[in-house]
Amino acid sequence: MLTIKDLAVKFPSRFGDFTAIEDVDMEIKPGEIHGLVGESGAGKSTVGAAVIGLLQSPGYVAKGSLRLGETDLRTLTPEQAHKVRGDRISMIFQDPQTSLNPLMTIEDQLIETIQAHSDVTEAAARQRAVDLLEEIGIKDAATRIKAYPHQFSGGMRQRVVIALAISTDPELIIADEPTTALDVAVQSQVLSLIQRLAKERQISFMLITHDIGVIAQVADRVTVMRKGRVMETGDTAQVLGAPEHPYTQALMDAVPPLDRKLERFRVPEANDASSSLGELAENWLLEGQQQAPTGLSLRNLSVQFSGPRTSLFRKPAPYVALDDVTLDIKPGSIMGLVGESGSGKSTLAKAITGLVTPSSGTMMLGDTALPFGKSRSRLHPSRQLVQMVFQDPYSSLNSRHRIGDILAEPLWFYGFVKDADEREKLAASMLSLVGMQPDAITKYPHQFSGGQRQRIAVARALLARPRFLICDEPTSALDVSIQAEILNLLKDLQNKFGLTILFISHNLAVVRQMADDTAVLRNGKIEEVGETHSVYTAPQAAYTKSLLSLTPVMPTSWAVET
Amino acid sequence: MVYFILKRMVQSVFVMLAVAFLAFSLFRFVGDPITQMTGVETSVADQERLREELGLNDPFVSQFMRFTGDMLKGDFGFSYRTRQPVADMIADRIPATLELGVVALIISLVVGVPAGVYTALKPRGVLTQTILMTTLVGVSIPTFVIGIMLIFIFGVQLGWLPTFGRGGTVQIGSWESSLFTIDGWRALLLPAITLGVYQLTLTMRLVRAEMMEVMRSDYIRFAMARGVPMGRLHYKHALANTMVPVITIIGLQFGGVIAFSIVTESVFQWPGMGLLFLESIRFVDIPVMGVYLVVIAFFFVLVNLVVDLLYVAIDPRLRISDVS
Repeated sequence: MLTIKDLAVKFPSRFGDFTAIEDVDMEIKPGEIHGLVGESGAGKSTVGAAVIGLLQSPGYVAKGSLRLGETDLRTLTPEQAHKVRGDRISMIFQDPQTSLNPLMTIEDQLIETIQAHSDVTEAAARQRAVDLLEEIGIKDAATRIKAYPHQFSGGMRQRVVIALAISTDPELIIADEPTTALDVAVQSQVLSLIQRLAKERQISFMLITHDIGVIAQVADRVTVMRKGRVMETGDTAQVLGAPEHPYTQALMDAVPPLDRKLERFRVPEANDASSSLGELAENWLLEGQQQAPTGLSLRNLSVQFSGPRTSLFRKPAPYVALDDVTLDIKPGSIMGLVGESGSGKSTLAKAITGLVTPSSGTMMLGDTALPFGKSRSRLHPSRQLVQMVFQDPYSSLNSRHRIGDILAEPLWFYGFVKDADEREKLAASMLSLVGMQPDAITKYPHQFSGGQRQRIAVARALLARPRFLICDEPTSALDVSIQAEILNLLKDLQNKFGLTILFISHNLAVVRQMADDTAVLRNGKIEEVGETHSVYTAPQAAYTKSLLSLTPVMPTSWAVET
Repeated sequence: MVYFILKRMVQSVFVMLAVAFLAFSLFRFVGDPITQMTGVETSVADQERLREELGLNDPFVSQFMRFTGDMLKGDFGFSYRTRQPVADMIADRIPATLELGVVALIISLVVGVPAGVYTALKPRGVLTQTILMTTLVGVSIPTFVIGIMLIFIFGVQLGWLPTFGRGGTVQIGSWESSLFTIDGWRALLLPAITLGVYQLTLTMRLVRAEMMEVMRSDYIRFAMARGVPMGRLHYKHALANTMVPVITIIGLQFGGVIAFSIVTESVFQWPGMGLLFLESIRFVDIPVMGVYLVVIAFFFVLVNLVVDLLYVAIDPRLRISDVS
C-alpha cells in the first residue's frame, strides 16, 4: 500500500541544509491503523506532510522513495500531486476549530470536495454529503448540513472534518494528532469512528500522535520516531509492551499509568553537580517555613459570568462557571482537580488567586479569609503565600526580561532581600535547586526549551516563599519525558518544603501520580472528591467512572513487569 | 444583531455631538465673530446691538443647543466671505469630492486587490519583487509630488490630459457629475490616480500580508489536502477570509480619502470640498470650516457603520449564533 523507503526531508537555510527526517522506512497496509509516535521535533508531522506533498516551504524530499500502491509519489508533477490529494490521500488536522473554513457552510465545503474529484451533479453530491454525515454520526444531517462550522461543537466539528476527508474515498488518511484538542469522551468517539472506517472501508490511517494511550488503544502497528529517525517499528503490543530500543523503553517509563501510582518516574536525572549550589536557596526557603503548612478551604463558592446579551431590555442570563463548590485542601497535601474543558478548573484557580470575583461563598487560606477579586489589596499576604505555575511556559515568562530579573522580581517585590547582588545569588541557587544551570540567569526565556522554562516558572513561584502553589495544567504543553521530569521535581519540592498544592489537569493519569486527594469537576460542580486511590479504584460518581473508562490506556497485559 | 446596530448608532450620535461641539468651539474661540462680520466703521453701539441680536451674549450651553438644533434642521448659517448659505456652498462641492474619492477608491481596489493576491501567491517571483519595490517608492513620495509629476508627464509633456478643473460636467438634479462625459473622465483621471496611489499601495500590502497569513492557516492546508481545485482555493476560500480584516482598513481609509483630498484638490484645482476648505482657511471663514468639520465627521461615522454591516454580511460567525 503505502511504502516509504529511506526517506529524507531537508530544509535549506542560510546555515546549510537542516535535515528534518532521515532514513525513514515505513509500510502501511490497506485498512491498517499505523501509529506514529514521538516527542515534539521528532519529525512525525514531516513524514505525513511529505507523503501528502504539503511540506512547508522551503522543505523538500531529498532522498528515498514514496509509493502509494503502484504510484511513485515523488515523480508526480504538482498538478498530478494535487489530483492525488483528496482522491487517494487525505488528511485530518489537530484542531477542529481551525481546520474548517469559517465563512462557508459545511454543505458548500463537502459538495465542493466531492465535485472536485468525481463528475457528479450538485444534487448527487449533496445527497452523498448528507449520507456521509449520517454515517459519521451527525443526527438530522439534512438540516445540519446547512450550518456553518462555528455552529458545531468541537467533537462534531472533528466528525465533519473526517467526513470531508473520507468524502472522496481515499485509500490513505494521514491523521495528525486528530484527538489532541478534544476531551476524553469525544476523543473515544472519534477514535472508534476511525477504527470503524479502517475496518469497514479498508482505509489506511497514519495516526500521528504523542499520546501513547491513544496508540495503544487503536493502532495495529506503531513506529517510534526520535530526532527525525525511526527508533523502532512493529506490532503495537510488541513495541509498547516489550520495547527493544532503549529510547522506547525510556519513553514508556515516562508515561504515567492510570491504574497505579508511581513513587517517581524513572528518568535520567543530572542533578548531582548542582546540588551544593542549591543549598543557599534550600536553606532560604526552609527558613521561611517556620509556620506549619497552610490548607485552603472553600465553602459554597460560586462564580458567575455575564452571558451573551440576547435582548435589549432583559438582563442577560448569567453563565455559571462554578456552582456551589465546597472543597478542603489539607495542609501539606496535593489536591488534584480533574475535569474536561469548560468544567471550571481554571476559574477555580482564578477565584483563589483573586483574578475573578466569586458571586457567593467563602475562601479560607489557613485561618484567614481571602477577600474576593478586586477587594483583595495588593499587599494582602495571600498574594505572596499563593503562587501559580501556568500551563504555557512560552507565554508565562516575559520574553524581554533576563531570567535573573524574572527570578529576582518576587524577592524584590515582597521585600525579602534588599541587596541586588544577594537577590541574584539566591536566584542562581534556586535555578540549581530546580535542576538548571545557575548561569541561566544571564539568558533570556527564548533560549530555553519548554521544559526548562517550566522549571524557571516553578523557580519563580518558589522565590515568593509560597505556602500554597496552584499548578494549572503545568505539563500539558510538554512532552511525556519532560512531563515526567517536571512531575518528579514538583514531588521533590513538595516533600522538601511542605507545600500545599492544587494540581489542576485534564489528564487523569498525571493527577493519579501526583495527588493525595482528587476532586472531579464537571460543569462547575464537584462530582466527587476523595482520597486519590479510592477515587480511581472505586469511583462513586457515574461521571468519574465514565471518565476513567474512556481514558485510553495500555492494556495491563502488555506491560512487562520491571 | 439589531442590538449591535442600535448600539453602533447610539455611539455614532455621541461622536457627532462631540464633533459638533468642536465645530461650535471654533466660533467661540477663533476670534470674535462680530469683528469678523463688521467693518472698522461700525460703531461700538451697533456692534453691541448686533451681538445681542445674534444671541452671542446668551449662556454658552444655550448657544450650543441652538447651534446643534440649527444643524439638525439643515440650517448651517452663512459664509462670512461669500454671504451665501453654507449649506448651498457645501452641497455644490460635495459631488466633486465624492466622485473623486469613489473613483480613487475603485482604482485602488481594482489594482490593489489583484496585485496583493498575486504577490502573496508568488512571493518569490520577479514580478512580485518589482511590484513591491515600485509601490515602496510610490508610498514614500508625498501626494503632491506625485500629482505634480503626473501633471508634468501627462499634462505638459505628452499633453494627453487636462491638468485642472472638472472638464465637462452634466447636471443631474442638484448633482453636478463629471462621470458622463469623456471630457469629465479625462479631467478626473489624473487627480483620481494621485489620490488613489497611496490607498492602492496600502490595500495591496494589506491584502498580501493577510493572504499570506490565511494561506498558512489550517483550513487552507486542509482544503489543499483534500484536493480542492487551486482556483477555488485561492479565490473562494483564501480571498474571502482575507477580506474580513482588509475591509475595516479600506473603510477607514476611504473616510481619510474624502477628508484629506485637500492636497490633491489644490494641486489639480479640483473644485471640491477640500479646495473650499482651503479657501475658507485663507479668509478665516469660520462657518464654512465648522460645517466642513461636521460633514467630514458624518462621512467617517457613516463609512464605519457601513463597514460594520459589511462585516456582518461576510462573516457568518457574527450573523448566526452558536447552537453547539
